Amino acid sequence: MPALKFTKVQLFVTCIVDSLFPEVGEATVAVLERLGLEVEFPEAQICCGQPGYNAGFRADARRLALHTLDVFEASPAPVIVPSGSCAAMLVHGFADLLQDDPANLARAQALAARTYEFSQFLIDGLGLDPATVTAGAHLAEKVTFHTSCHLLRGLGVQEAGQRLLGAVPGIELVPLPGADQCCGFGGLFSVKHGNISSAMLDNKLAAVRATGASTVVACDMSCLMHMQGGLTRDGSAVSCRHLASVLAEAAAPAASEARP
Amino acid sequence: MTFQTRIDKALHNETLQIALDRNAERRIAGRNQVFADLPDAEMVRDRGRAIRIETLAHLDRYLEQFAANVEARGGQVHWAADATEAREIILRLARESAARRPAGQAGPPIIAKGKSMVSEEIGLNHAFEAAGMTAIETDLGEFIVQLRGETPSHLITPAVHLRREDVSDLFHERFGMPPTLDVTQMTAVARTELRRAFFTADLGLSGVNFGVAETGTITLVTNEGNGRLCTSVPRVHVALMGIERLVPTLVDLEVMMRLLPRSATAQKLTSYVSMLNGPRRPDEPDGAEELHVVLLDNGRSRALGGDLAESLMCIRCGACLNVCPVFREIGGHAYGSVYGGPIGSVVSTALFGTEFNELANASTLCGACKDICPVRIDIPTMLLTVRGRYVDSGQPPAWLKVGIAGWAWTMGGTVRYRLAQRLAALGTRLLARNGRIRSLPPPLDAWTKRRDFPTFAGQTFKDRWRRRQAAENAGKTGGAAPASDNKA
Repeated sequence: MPALKFTKVQLFVTCIVDSLFPEVGEATVAVLERLGLEVEFPEAQICCGQPGYNAGFRADARRLALHTLDVFEASPAPVIVPSGSCAAMLVHGFADLLQDDPANLARAQALAARTYEFSQFLIDGLGLDPATVTAGAHLAEKVTFHTSCHLLRGLGVQEAGQRLLGAVPGIELVPLPGADQCCGFGGLFSVKHGNISSAMLDNKLAAVRATGASTVVACDMSCLMHMQGGLTRDGSAVSCRHLASVLAEAAAPAASEARP
Repeated sequence: MTFQTRIDKALHNETLQIALDRNAERRIAGRNQVFADLPDAEMVRDRGRAIRIETLAHLDRYLEQFAANVEARGGQVHWAADATEAREIILRLARESAARRPAGQAGPPIIAKGKSMVSEEIGLNHAFEAAGMTAIETDLGEFIVQLRGETPSHLITPAVHLRREDVSDLFHERFGMPPTLDVTQMTAVARTELRRAFFTADLGLSGVNFGVAETGTITLVTNEGNGRLCTSVPRVHVALMGIERLVPTLVDLEVMMRLLPRSATAQKLTSYVSMLNGPRRPDEPDGAEELHVVLLDNGRSRALGGDLAESLMCIRCGACLNVCPVFREIGGHAYGSVYGGPIGSVVSTALFGTEFNELANASTLCGACKDICPVRIDIPTMLLTVRGRYVDSGQPPAWLKVGIAGWAWTMGGTVRYRLAQRLAALGTRLLARNGRIRSLPPPLDAWTKRRDFPTFAGQTFKDRWRRRQAAENAGKTGGAAPASDNKA
């Protein structure tokens, strides 16, 4: 194992993973620790404030942004987020919310500079070869990758996820037609405009079915929850999984059993 | 009709759904190809953006320069503060021109109209009609839409909501054309009808794609040749433009011309690019006798000083409509504004006011619009700005205000957050069958109508982390986090 650029990282697990998908947080920790990183988890963290920000409730979102700054300023270690959307909130949203508050804007910019989405951190932050991350792993599965919007266009991470997945021996990675098109989640959009959201989901799931993959992988549990909700409703056996879960499972002994 | 009603109508309109799917797939593939073939495409976009920023930063100066140059070349400039003023100016010009017809040709003024979204913005067709004048749309898409008594549903392709089958039905009914799906035949029918309009019109009205400040040139980018006929055959040509539609120099125009046709119609260049420099001169064989340029403000100068000013950089290429996954589902009419789609959701609020704020909610903030915009307008961030206005002016429904207040309180401290997680875990477990929730009460039923919802975890990540820390502190070392009571 080559020497890593960082020795310690802070995990911002996100409220959705903390509350609904804790096993994805555990998988994220497992992958990071296997690379030899020490993972810190500041327990005062709550939510980045994105739901309020996206709905136009900027004052509420600003309070959560300031709280999140407090939480992660205690350590100089980079902040790893298993979500492109929440990472983009820290990287771009905080600066937008604090644009008229120079002192806090500077804090937001400093935090943004050391905030990474999970796959982005492995490939760009640590500069690792995907094969290093997946060394010793194996998973016999046909998978496809959904490039969630905030990861792709918000953070500009185009290929990290596909490269990592593609490096897992045994995995057959099939391209998802229209992979860069939104799944229709959009946070509160899926409730405020649930019927447009459903129509977009239908398009996405048709594309998923066309691949013949048994698993859809992405780096955002929100999009995955949305797609899984539609697939389960349709009686489909296709499962939606976070990249960290797949990487952790592939590397764990007896990979084919005990799927989280 | 409310926004929601219009959306539901669009989602259930099968013709529309087919037409929109065809449009999105065709347009985006073409646009991407033609940009891939453009050398230094990203640099051209950067230059285009810089040109638009420079133009807006000194708009007052460029407007004066443009107006002076139009007049120096024999054109007349009219400043319209709002839609009413613009309509009055144009109606007056139409009447004056009709009055100069040769003797024995009485009758109400006839107007041949080229494509102009600004004319839609000011409701010009209604004004012509109310004044007893006959205005004929000469752009094929606009002509079709006018015959159907509709408004355009797209900035560039006004009849994008229709299939060719619908056009065949329309021409059959109106002109007795035998039903056909052959576009050439349908176009020939339209051509015959439109020729009459060009040669009888008292006034030709056109939009403006770009006005060039240093020369006073009016640039028109068209494919059907109707723009050239509208601007050169009738004795009077009126060019209607928003005050933001300028570029400083001809060199700048060349940059924008590399971006506009590619973004709009996936063409390197449109079939016709007209650069009009004043009315016909004595030694010229054709052209309009008079050229009038109507410069419309209608909220633009106010928007220029505000937080949505960047929306004025728009060159109306329509690429963001084509790429938008929401537009692809609901089309242009659902927005209830002349300007729909991503940029329209910002422009409508910026120009026309708060009643259009709700349009910004119809977005997942996926960012495809910003990505495809030839001048990289940050539409998603402005949509968020509009949503902020929506909230600040008290427009959200009660459930959303209450919901966000509850969310903000819950996320306001770790103890409350923990309590809410426990309650949510309990509540969702009660509602779930086989770990999935199939039905939730309003407003969350909008989710469960189409999707299952998962249960909250009994043991949160933080619980698990703490347990692991405790185990490690007790001397039991462990590598990866323990995998226990995993769900899903």
